[in-house]
Amino acid sequence: MISKRTRRIALAVLISALSAAVFLGQALGQATSIPSSHLINPEDLVKILQATQGEKPLMLQVGSYVLYAQAHIPGSEYVGPVTSEAGMQQLHRQVDSLPKKKFIVLYCGCCPWTHCPNVKPADDALRAMGFTNVKVLYIASNFGADWVEKGYPVAKGQ
Amino acid sequence: MRRRILIGAGLLFVAVGVYVALHGRGRIVRGPTAQQHSIAPDFSLPQLNGQFLQLSAYRGKVVLLDFWATWCTPCREEIPHLVELQNKYRDRGLEIIGVSMDDSPDPVREFYQRFQMNYPVVMGNADIGERYGGVLGLPIAFIIDRDGRIYAKHIGATEASVLEQDVRTVLASQ
Repeated sequence: MISKRTRRIALAVLISALSAAVFLGQALGQATSIPSSHLINPEDLVKILQATQGEKPLMLQVGSYVLYAQAHIPGSEYVGPVTSEAGMQQLHRQVDSLPKKKFIVLYCGCCPWTHCPNVKPADDALRAMGFTNVKVLYIASNFGADWVEKGYPVAKGQ
Repeated sequence: MRRRILIGAGLLFVAVGVYVALHGRGRIVRGPTAQQHSIAPDFSLPQLNGQFLQLSAYRGKVVLLDFWATWCTPCREEIPHLVELQNKYRDRGLEIIGVSMDDSPDPVREFYQRFQMNYPVVMGNADIGERYGGVLGLPIAFIIDRDGRIYAKHIGATEASVLEQDVRTVLASQ
């Protein structure tokens, strides 16, 4: 016979496990599961871009074109949402001929970091291709709030 | 035994806390920064069926203008609530208009069918984004009153109850 206490514990553990499963399911494939060593903060990227010396990264925007056309980091190239097959193919095309040590910065900013569907697959893809110097721009809320409104350099259009 | 129960409850608390943190809600902007009381910029944009939709044709209705994209997770989560909201308040004068910021209408058409959306969706562009103060993160929803004035701007994922409260307030005020 299972005691009442045991049943309560089992229930608590079951609910905890279910909550954890939901959490992990959401996190996997999303930006939150990118290791912190892969990330770069906006202020650090700005310093690199404004420095007179040092390697400048190839910056790839992996969000929507409508967002890119409104505002993007000057010099960055549009790839598109890599959650689509076309976007992923475009990403491959844009880096295919580059040396594997090329400094690449990926960014999106379409949604809050916890919800961005694009940067993690792009980061995974570049690393699977053998690129060793890839960083993902950490954008907490969105590109507007965390880049444009902070006064960092912005370009519009194509 | 009690200790185990406490540990179990603690684990549950942490898991739920992390989950809630990861699903952080958006923010509401009212007042000048929300362009409140300013007339919502008019537009004429193509719907998924190719016909053009003009916002000013909706004067006399309360409009919920939802900037979204099919690949945007919080946007997708909101759609069923918007469908429900449209059903619930259509007779009282609510019209929801979706502005897709997808690059192509193909995934939007598929999504529209799959989620049985019951309100028009137009294909947005950079120009409309800029005229609405810059749509540089999704979703963003504007509540527009019957005179075409912006009542509120909701940035990021928003609780359905919050949107509904705004809709009810604007519907009741005119």
